[in-house]
Amino acid sequence: MADYAHAPRPLGGSLVTPVTLLLGVLAAIAGVILLYRFIYGLGAVTNLSDGYPWGIWIAYDVVVGSALACGGYSMALLVYIFNKGEYHPLVRPALLASLFGYTLAGASVIFDLGRWWNVWHIFWPGYAQVNSVMFEVAVCISIYILVMWIEFSPAFLEKFGMRNAQRKLGKVLFFFIALGVLLPSMHQSSLGSLLVIFGQQIHPLWRSGWLLPVLYLTTAILLGFAVVVFEATLSSIGFRRPLETKVLAPLSKIMYGLLVVYLVIRVLDLVFRGALGAAFTASWEAFWFWVEMACFVAPLALMSSARARNSAAKLFIAALLLMLGGFMLRINGFLVGYMTGEGWHYFPSLPELMVTIGLIAFEILAYIVIVKKFPVLPAVQPATR
Amino acid sequence: MDRRTFFKSSLAGGAALAVGAASCPAQARGTNTLPPEALGLLFDSTLCVGCKACVAACKEVNGMPVENFTKDAYWDTPLDLSGKTLNVIKVYRDGDMAAKDREENGFAFIKKSCMHCVDPSCVSACPVSAMRKDAKTGIVTYDKDACIGCRYCVAACPFGVPRFTYDSATPQISKCQLCVHRHKDGKYAACAEVCPTGATLYGTVADIRKEIARRRALKPGEQTSFPRGKLGGKDQSYPGVAAKYIDHVYGETEFGGTQMMMLSGVSFQKLGYSNLPPNSDAASSETLQHTLYGGLIAPIVVLGALTFIAKRNVKPDNEEGGNHG
Ligand code: SF4
Ligand code: SF4
Repeated sequence: MADYAHAPRPLGGSLVTPVTLLLGVLAAIAGVILLYRFIYGLGAVTNLSDGYPWGIWIAYDVVVGSALACGGYSMALLVYIFNKGEYHPLVRPALLASLFGYTLAGASVIFDLGRWWNVWHIFWPGYAQVNSVMFEVAVCISIYILVMWIEFSPAFLEKFGMRNAQRKLGKVLFFFIALGVLLPSMHQSSLGSLLVIFGQQIHPLWRSGWLLPVLYLTTAILLGFAVVVFEATLSSIGFRRPLETKVLAPLSKIMYGLLVVYLVIRVLDLVFRGALGAAFTASWEAFWFWVEMACFVAPLALMSSARARNSAAKLFIAALLLMLGGFMLRINGFLVGYMTGEGWHYFPSLPELMVTIGLIAFEILAYIVIVKKFPVLPAVQPATR
Repeated sequence: MDRRTFFKSSLAGGAALAVGAASCPAQARGTNTLPPEALGLLFDSTLCVGCKACVAACKEVNGMPVENFTKDAYWDTPLDLSGKTLNVIKVYRDGDMAAKDREENGFAFIKKSCMHCVDPSCVSACPVSAMRKDAKTGIVTYDKDACIGCRYCVAACPFGVPRFTYDSATPQISKCQLCVHRHKDGKYAACAEVCPTGATLYGTVADIRKEIARRRALKPGEQTSFPRGKLGGKDQSYPGVAAKYIDHVYGETEFGGTQMMMLSGVSFQKLGYSNLPPNSDAASSETLQHTLYGGLIAPIVVLGALTFIAKRNVKPDNEEGGNHG
């Protein structure tokens, strides 16, 4: 387990670069739009309607956003539950990305809530409605965000030299890690269950009933791994560090297996529900269905041989496609395949898009700042500082 | 780590999940049934003359603003339910519209407002109990002081009933509440009270069912009488001629039934009401949730197993200088 020697180190370096500046500007634009939204209401900035009460602020920022933030969850599952210690160097960076992804996904809910000042009702006995899927999702995500901050706190404690606290936390950390595996399993599946109550309002291609949670959970784990590959590759390039292909190649083998499982369930479900025919009609739904499927099937080919898995480029593309596939599955379920009657249309408005883009920018910016200042990424020998 | 250890821990992980899945008793929840003193509406499309008195009355008693869609904004002309409109009368038209209540070359009127479902999706969806179904009357109410404005109810309702005021900084859901606020004054739903033909009737669901059975038993063209206002209330009936109904009472079985029920001479699909299964989506959704999370049994069992495994696999911190693995 030589990798254990690669203890995380802060990267150092200047915080003000053209990239961070651009990200900062994008985040600021989103801030201004949000200010406007809180003063003039959701209608003033979004294209939401009663036919499409949920737009990209839910479908992307929360549903896709949290799934893309599953890197920490997937890696914890692999390293601590399936005891694959060799992936350990990937855990902390993945956890950091998850921490931000989730915290922002959680916070962005506020932007979308019409009566946001009542949000505490979800957690309040008397108001809380435990039969609601959204109740489960909201409570579970909130606790998970807390758990992740605790899981990640060793990095902060280390930075501030609080060795004693760090040691104490280390003794009980296993419990938070277990919680950190349980909670995403619950809410990532429930994000799929949100669609169950829509019944016939969901196009047959995505109306998978009780399999929805299974499909959403498997793809969330897949997405978690894909994001780890994606981020590891990007930060290798961005921070000029050696590629981590040696760790990533075996990881992609696991992804391959999981992907096969997902596709088998997805296709069998369509066949048994008699919904497959809908995929062969001339409709937008069918078109986007095939885009979604292509994004899942292509990585299968890209990761099929050991040689392909050792190619950083192929792996990167496969990861990117998987992220796109997970994105499509969710956008298709929540927006493309949502049919609530004639005459309703939705495409996000420019301000709506800018808020989502600004959120992503903010997330990347925060990630860059933290890895430069705190021990997150595994050190390279000799340490580049 | 060697293969064997990996294999063993994989098995343990799998077993934990399996135990979790098996330990939770399947808490299937059937579609709910009608409350004992259920109240509702009967809308008979064949009696509706499209005067929209009910639309105006609804606006007045609920203090809802007018909506103008015509060029010169002379009067309230809502086209559909909206944040400003809780009840609307729509028209179906085909061909030259020569006869009322005929599908081909005909026309018909239809009411759109909350169906007060027996097993409502909006109530099951709402995370903060802002949507409630009264245990006795079955009326589905909305409480804006509880609502967080998530619009899950808007998305979930199969009839597209709850609407939202997107143009407000303090938005809320708009939806018919069967005029519960007028009950304390001994009054009932304004739409039924003002309907000149009795096309919209208010009453207990039991009385409504009886009235529906009576009308369906009549021969088309037969002389009969039609009540107005409230079934079982002051007698305001008037003589009329029995209509020809299609063999479908909307709201009898749809979605586990609804407390607003409808009769018509034209198929309901043409009138904008889709065919719905007899079991409610709320039941499917809650069965799924209860199976996974009922009594938190499964999550706790799984957490126990995960904690056990993680305790073995997570090494104490100080070994590797701050690495928590
Ligand atoms: S019609 Fe819609 S809003 Fe009315 S009770 Fe049924 S689900 Fe709720
Ligand atoms: S918008 Fe309000 S009433 Fe509707 S589900 Fe959300 S909290 Fe409940």
